[in-house]
Amino acid sequence: MKKVSCFFCILLLMVFSGAGCREKERTVLQTASGNGSDETAYGDAIIEGTIGEPTVLIPMLAGDSASHNVAGMIFNGLVKYDTDLSVIGDLAESWDISPDGLVITFHLRKGVKWADGVEFTSDDVMFGYKTIIDEKTPTAYKEDFLQVKKAETPDKHTFKVTYERPFAPALTSWGGLVVLPRHLLEGKDITKTEFARKPVGLGPYALTKWAQGQELALDSYKGYFEGRPYIDRYIYRVIPDPATMFLELQAGGIDMMGLTPIQYTKQTENDFFRNNFQKFRYPVFAYTHMAFNLKHPWFKDKRVRKAIAYAIDKNEIVDVVLFGLGSPATGPYVPNTWPYNPNVEKYGYNPEKAKQLLKEAGWLDTDGDGILEKDGRPFSFTILTNMGNNLRKNTATIIQWRLAKIGIRVEIKALEWSTFVNEFIDKRRFEAVLLGWSIGLDPDQYDIWHSSKTKEKEFNFISYSNPEVDELLDKGRRTFALEERKKAYFRIQEILADEVPYIFLYVPDATPIVHARFKGIKPSPIGISYNLPKWYVPKKLQRHSMEQ
Amino acid sequence: MRSDKLIDLFWQRFRQNSLAVAGGIIVLALFVIAIFAPVISPYDPHEIDRKHILEPPGLSHPFGTDDLGRDILSRMIWGGRISLAVGFVAVGISTMIGIILGALAGYYGGWAERIIMRFIDIMLSIPTFFLILAVIAFIGSSIWNIMVVIGLTSWMGVARLVRAEFLSLKEREYVLAARAMGAGDLRIIFRHIMINSMAPVLVSAVLGIAGAVLVEGALSFLGIGVQPPTPSWGNILTLGKDNIEIAWWLSVFPGLAILITVLGYNLLGEGIRDSIDPRLWETERK
Amino acid sequence: MPVYLIKRIFEMIPTLFGITLITFFIIHLAPGKPSDIFSELNPKITPEAREKLEKYYGLDKPIMVQYGLWLKKVVRLDFGESFSSDRRPVMQKIWDRKKPLLERRLFVTFMINIISVVIILLIAIPIGISSAVRRNSLFDKITTTTVFVGFAMPSFWLALLLMMFFGVYLHWLPISQLKSMNFDSLSFSGKILDVARHLVLPLFVSAFGGIAGDSRFMRSSMLEVIRQDFVTVARAKGLPEHLVIYRHALRNALLPLVTLIGLSVPGLIGGSVIFENIFGIPGMGQLFYMAVMTRDYPLVMCILTIGSMLTLIGNLLADIGYMIADPRIRAR
Repeated sequence: MKKVSCFFCILLLMVFSGAGCREKERTVLQTASGNGSDETAYGDAIIEGTIGEPTVLIPMLAGDSASHNVAGMIFNGLVKYDTDLSVIGDLAESWDISPDGLVITFHLRKGVKWADGVEFTSDDVMFGYKTIIDEKTPTAYKEDFLQVKKAETPDKHTFKVTYERPFAPALTSWGGLVVLPRHLLEGKDITKTEFARKPVGLGPYALTKWAQGQELALDSYKGYFEGRPYIDRYIYRVIPDPATMFLELQAGGIDMMGLTPIQYTKQTENDFFRNNFQKFRYPVFAYTHMAFNLKHPWFKDKRVRKAIAYAIDKNEIVDVVLFGLGSPATGPYVPNTWPYNPNVEKYGYNPEKAKQLLKEAGWLDTDGDGILEKDGRPFSFTILTNMGNNLRKNTATIIQWRLAKIGIRVEIKALEWSTFVNEFIDKRRFEAVLLGWSIGLDPDQYDIWHSSKTKEKEFNFISYSNPEVDELLDKGRRTFALEERKKAYFRIQEILADEVPYIFLYVPDATPIVHARFKGIKPSPIGISYNLPKWYVPKKLQRHSMEQ
Repeated sequence: MRSDKLIDLFWQRFRQNSLAVAGGIIVLALFVIAIFAPVISPYDPHEIDRKHILEPPGLSHPFGTDDLGRDILSRMIWGGRISLAVGFVAVGISTMIGIILGALAGYYGGWAERIIMRFIDIMLSIPTFFLILAVIAFIGSSIWNIMVVIGLTSWMGVARLVRAEFLSLKEREYVLAARAMGAGDLRIIFRHIMINSMAPVLVSAVLGIAGAVLVEGALSFLGIGVQPPTPSWGNILTLGKDNIEIAWWLSVFPGLAILITVLGYNLLGEGIRDSIDPRLWETERK
Repeated sequence: MPVYLIKRIFEMIPTLFGITLITFFIIHLAPGKPSDIFSELNPKITPEAREKLEKYYGLDKPIMVQYGLWLKKVVRLDFGESFSSDRRPVMQKIWDRKKPLLERRLFVTFMINIISVVIILLIAIPIGISSAVRRNSLFDKITTTTVFVGFAMPSFWLALLLMMFFGVYLHWLPISQLKSMNFDSLSFSGKILDVARHLVLPLFVSAFGGIAGDSRFMRSSMLEVIRQDFVTVARAKGLPEHLVIYRHALRNALLPLVTLIGLSVPGLIGGSVIFENIFGIPGMGQLFYMAVMTRDYPLVMCILTIGSMLTLIGNLLADIGYMIADPRIRAR
């Protein structure tokens, strides 16, 4: 499990992206041919379809979700999230936290072996930690580890870290990023080594083949410390186009993929799919929003931002773009999680109020061309978003159409991802952007909202600045008391709802589909793949036999 | 022969060629549709309707609706404008460049000709679609960029054609006579040679429009062409690809529109060629 | 003939030079420094690290110097390392010596294009001849119309329709990739059959436009030849019509077609972007699309250059073919 703390959802090549959930609770829907009580058995293979190809299989170097998905099969972390979102041990059997919260001592599992037979020890953790804080290592996840004052390995099976100040996300940061085989990597340049494409891990599966642009094949690691996975082979097939992938699903070429909202609601609602597949649906830890550049003179005015919020019908976006597979967002947290504050201003669709607010701010249609003007300049701005994400494109289209109705002309520009980030976001050359954040399970969002994080390349790219929010953010990450943290984050959401630096649009649902022969899938709030090593295919249903 | 007589002859031949007439009618119809798009399109092409998402063709929406509930017929009518504009502007650019470079090479010869011909060879060796794809993706895809880039990468045929015409025309008696009478280079180029070499250029331009329409369709289909929500046929086809099993109408109608348009320009181009000069009847079309 | 050939090859050098020049400068006109790609992967990368990358790629030097440095490497077919995070040498990405041929992208694209040219010729030539010989017959009219439609057919649309019909509706043919899941366990003939089945639709799409164009061309070329004196003479001598057509006319009519094939190489390679993307074929076209989308400049430059070189070679081969077939040129 990796804690991908707030980095832009790299959905560049991923149309798969689910939607939020109308249900009051975080329930997981499953429509499937029942999970019968067939006997567990070893064997068979599972083929997952993916749009993006992994680039690098060292977790700390990977920025894209495809790489993380595969690397997650090969590497484990010290801790992981349980299905109830509590933290449990992974490679660490247990851990102690000092009363002041500054020292964490991990007691590592004994007898865990890397796939090449070498024993896993605390040196491997130390090595990973040193690598991630090394300034030469190009990683996006350094920040959390720079908070560590001291790391020690008292013995082969103990790893101890000391923090300067209390740091609430400390424990969960020791997820899947920092365990690397020291005996294979020491003294090598991690950015250049073959290891990134031929990794040796200790997770349930080991990479055996990587056919560039086509597929990655992973065989089960028989010596996996949680027991040999039932399914012998896991294949990650790269099909860059969701429509082709869906056709492959029907043709039997793949067993598992993330469905688009249309595929989920329309294309799979027939007997063929009901008999042969199981569909799942659960909210993901992500939200999509429209962010304003607060340095822009028009958007400095809170009334203008509010007006735009009132002019957009979030429910319409959820209905049309997500086919209802999601829920309107009200703030930077996902409904039904502990930091989520349900009682903030929700900005229901109200075009009259929007017009009223714009009038107060001095925007009037003086020349009768249907577009508002102020100081002789028409209200016209551009929404930037990244290319290749159909959901965002459609969302932008709906916003454009809605804003046209209150006299604001909007242009939409879809840019290739790296240009978008480097040339426009980083250089602050935008008026408004449509983006998504993947949020970690820990509510710390210091990087996104704190006024000190507005430099180039930093995540507060809208230049949001509010002293009270700054203070609350700091408070939230420096205490371990849940109630204290909750209070801070609740207040932050109230302020954000009032100031509208972002228009929070929707929380999508993930909608994966898996072939019906796979049993043992236990949907949970953290998804379905977490227990993939425990999935199995009863002997008589097995489709592929692996030549061993 | 006087020019009105030529035109009479042309028209006579053209009328007898039923395929050419069909092509002409298609092209004419496309123009009419594009010009009167606001009048004839039954809906606002941008009108989103959450109650009619992906509706199959029926009475209220003859070509069905897309994933935002927008009327496909209306979007295709407006998309016709895009393909018309891209075709004409791109070909305008390429023809202009082709004429200038071809004329320079053909009229002056020497090093100018050598450099230009070498340049043509180079451009012809680079897989054009790769080049267009790369440039558009890097500079950003707006309709203007697409027009310009297609134009800048498709002038080579015209340039060769014009050069060949110039080579053969510049030694003709009337040109030599004009020169003897002291006409300047520019006057000779424009007044005497250009006019007479226009026919094959026109044919190649009409055929070039067909090519540009196809390229624009392919670019939009690959997602780096005309950007939504601007309706274009290639865009609608991309939607069709994503929903091919549940919304055949999204694939069938715009694909058909591109096919018919390209067919129309090709037939018209070939028809003009055949009617202009029987000698050209059998020559290569590239 | 050897003299002409050598002259011809020498002429290619400035062209090749021009291609690299255009390729290089077009890529460098693009907004943003190529090194920007790295920051996508590491949003927290420090300015110092960025500088290092710029040095590494020589981006701090004037552009002409960069071009010189690049050209020096290109001559040795070294296109540098990919900007994607695997950082593999670009050449290795399109031609990996360690992999079987079918997993080398350049080979895949090359193979499909060659087969497609063969198919085009096998189908287009007979059609062209028949409609020329039977000019204005019903067959001629039908083929002419079909050819026009074929010419206007957007290849991506054709691919979609075929995929739906043969892949999804009839379940006859696989719809993506080059080989099946169980490829490794198949017998040799099984492997060939498997790849062949995967290639049917892509080849059809790739050859379709060519068949239309070339058969039309063949028809005109044939008509032209038939009208010429030597054919009339042959007829006058009382030679049977089929001998006239196949011995005398065909050979001469084929000549221009050879050149046309040489010229159609860039179009074929360009088209590979489209069908490789739709059918998920791991060839150079698919790689190019991905490279363009991720701004992997070294890879883009490499494929553009290699694609152009292939075109030049295609033209050269066409010239040689022309020379062998036509004694008049040999004498030159």
